[in-house]
Amino acid sequence: MEAEAAKYIGAGIACIALAGAGMAIGNIFGSFLAGALRNPSAAQSQFPNLLLGFALAEATGLFGLIIALILLFVV
Amino acid sequence: MASQVQSEGQEAGAGIDPMHQFEVHSLYDLPTIMGIDTSFTNASLWMVLAVGSIMLLMALTARTTSIVPGRMQSLGELAYGFIAGMVKQNVGNEGMKYFPFIFTLFMFILFCNMLGMLPYSYTVTSHLIVTFALAASVFILVTAVGFMKHGIGFLKLFVPSGIPAVLLPLLVVIELISYLTRPVSLSVRLFGNMMAGHTMLKIFGGFVVGLSSAGLIPLAIAPFALMVAFTGLELLIAGLQAYVFTVLTCIYLNEAIHMDH
Repeated sequence: MEAEAAKYIGAGIACIALAGAGMAIGNIFGSFLAGALRNPSAAQSQFPNLLLGFALAEATGLFGLIIALILLFVV
Repeated sequence: MASQVQSEGQEAGAGIDPMHQFEVHSLYDLPTIMGIDTSFTNASLWMVLAVGSIMLLMALTARTTSIVPGRMQSLGELAYGFIAGMVKQNVGNEGMKYFPFIFTLFMFILFCNMLGMLPYSYTVTSHLIVTFALAASVFILVTAVGFMKHGIGFLKLFVPSGIPAVLLPLLVVIELISYLTRPVSLSVRLFGNMMAGHTMLKIFGGFVVGLSSAGLIPLAIAPFALMVAFTGLELLIAGLQAYVFTVLTCIYLNEAIHMDH
């Protein structure tokens, strides 16, 4: 296989990381809604934690994107 | 390779190269000193603009102070109260010593992100070296504070309590690696979010321009609506990433000061 082709395939494969990030973000918001509907009075105080969890989960997907970009532009 | 992609994008007519916005070019050439090019670039310009607008905001909000705050003053108090609350909640009262650093960090990242949302502007935080420098300064501060407060005992941070002795060597290595990768994850998170978001905006903007210049204006409505929604999302992300960077700094600082986890 040509090295150039392998580079593009690798970049595509690196984007699979987004699958995990998607599941994680769905899980975070789903769990928050489930908890918030059970106890709406406590929901507001946990909102910063929700955003923190969202940002942490989203970042793991972005690490995959970084790998893809490194493969495309640096290697 | 990158220049080839760029020329192809420009040949396409609409000038759609999503990476073009991240290019650093010199605005005012200055001499190279000891191998470092000191030219005033667009990155320098937008950093100066960010710092300038923060100083302007703070000067305006603190110009006339009264016990019952006016509109401008309450804006400044809101920003102060938000960060002060975050530091007190995450680090405790001892953390207020580091409040100026954390407040500066938050305002700088927030303004760089928000100024980057202006059309034709340049996002300083979409460059890994900028975010890495910020994250490295946090890492050095946290490590220095830890060693100054606890001396050599700070190394106990890497030895979790209540672990069987057999597992201990493995866990120490894992804890050490997770500590050392902190600046990387902190900087890549901010950089990745900013760069991915702005690239996505440019690509969807390219759809709108491409479709409408091809005479398919009814088809361009869908990506245009999506574009508006994504711009809103990007504004949220810009604030959120500044918040997350600052909260994580507070959490790391808390670990270094209190060391109970």
